[in-house]
Amino acid sequence: MLDISVAYNRYKFIGNEFLTWLWFMIDNEPNRLFTTPDENREIQIGSRIVIEKGIENTVEKITIKGDDAGLEEGIMALRKGALVTEIHLVYKENELTWAFTVKGESLNLSNLKLPETGPMESKEDLEAAVLDRIYLYEKALIAVQSLFGRFIQLRVSNDWRQQVIPAIKKWIAA
Amino acid sequence: MGLLSSSVSITRYFVKGEINGPTIETVHGGLQKFAISKLDNDESVETISGWTSLEHPYNADFDRDTYLFGNYFVFCLRMDKKSISSRIVKKHVTLEINKRLAESKREYLSKNEKKAVKEDVLLLLAKRIPATPNVYDVVWDYEKRSLWFFSNLKAANEELETLFTKAFNLHLIRLFPYTSALYGGTELPDEKMDQLGNLSATFFME
Repeated sequence: MLDISVAYNRYKFIGNEFLTWLWFMIDNEPNRLFTTPDENREIQIGSRIVIEKGIENTVEKITIKGDDAGLEEGIMALRKGALVTEIHLVYKENELTWAFTVKGESLNLSNLKLPETGPMESKEDLEAAVLDRIYLYEKALIAVQSLFGRFIQLRVSNDWRQQVIPAIKKWIAA
Repeated sequence: MGLLSSSVSITRYFVKGEINGPTIETVHGGLQKFAISKLDNDESVETISGWTSLEHPYNADFDRDTYLFGNYFVFCLRMDKKSISSRIVKKHVTLEINKRLAESKREYLSKNEKKAVKEDVLLLLAKRIPATPNVYDVVWDYEKRSLWFFSNLKAANEELETLFTKAFNLHLIRLFPYTSALYGGTELPDEKMDQLGNLSATFFME
């Protein structure tokens, strides 16, 4: 395996392509994002999206914020060759809601907010509270890893070039 | 920000290697051996880090405190740092230089003397200023070789990686896009690994 820091820098683009693909899928084929139909799962764009384009040694960055913000400027930036580098997502599973930001280059989650859980009333509640929260964190992390897993399978397949790239190009040109 | 906070940041890791011997006892030993000591009593050190417990982050005792929750090891990395403002250092260095000039009846100090004054001042200030603690939670699922660290800060992540190896003789591999494809839980089949290594950036614009 490659040295970790070399791999981090060399393949940063994979995470940004993942987030760009994710936006495309949410916008166009949201029902095909999760492959297991037995659970009621959906994901939506939240209140923030960061799009960047590297030009020689400089970076052009657009941040779109707000719950009802229009994403047209973001699409325009994609048309110029930019990619999504950070996205705020709202994930829903069986009437529970998570919100978090994913960064493309690291796949780190930040500002992760879990569905409401009851207050901890005593020291004895600590173990239950910790296990409850671990269960809920795991749900969000599994959702992101499952989306990334789906993306990476596609990314190394011929379908990426033959089907996905033309479809994304069509979407951003529309 | 800890796992019980209302909003958290998480960095994911794959844990490489296996514990030789009984798992719980070995983890207990690693936590005890590298538990944080009291920096306030060790006056000359600027930064210190070590494990602490979720229950008592400022007064941990792994013989008393719980670190096993269900199948998970849950504990914390604490980093205590004495932060001394550069303006405070500048003020005290200037005062000390003036004092030494007056005592020696000289007009200036040499470069080496000024450097020595600064070192003395830093040592003196480090003794007076209390350390600021930062506590970051760790959730480790030994069976699944998965670890979550509740911070995205570079310095905290680097300290975790170093301390974890020292304490448990295991290596943490941070899960970012490339390593997620290898160890993230939805790994690519072997025949696709070469293709992953040969990927180059896609350009979506016309």
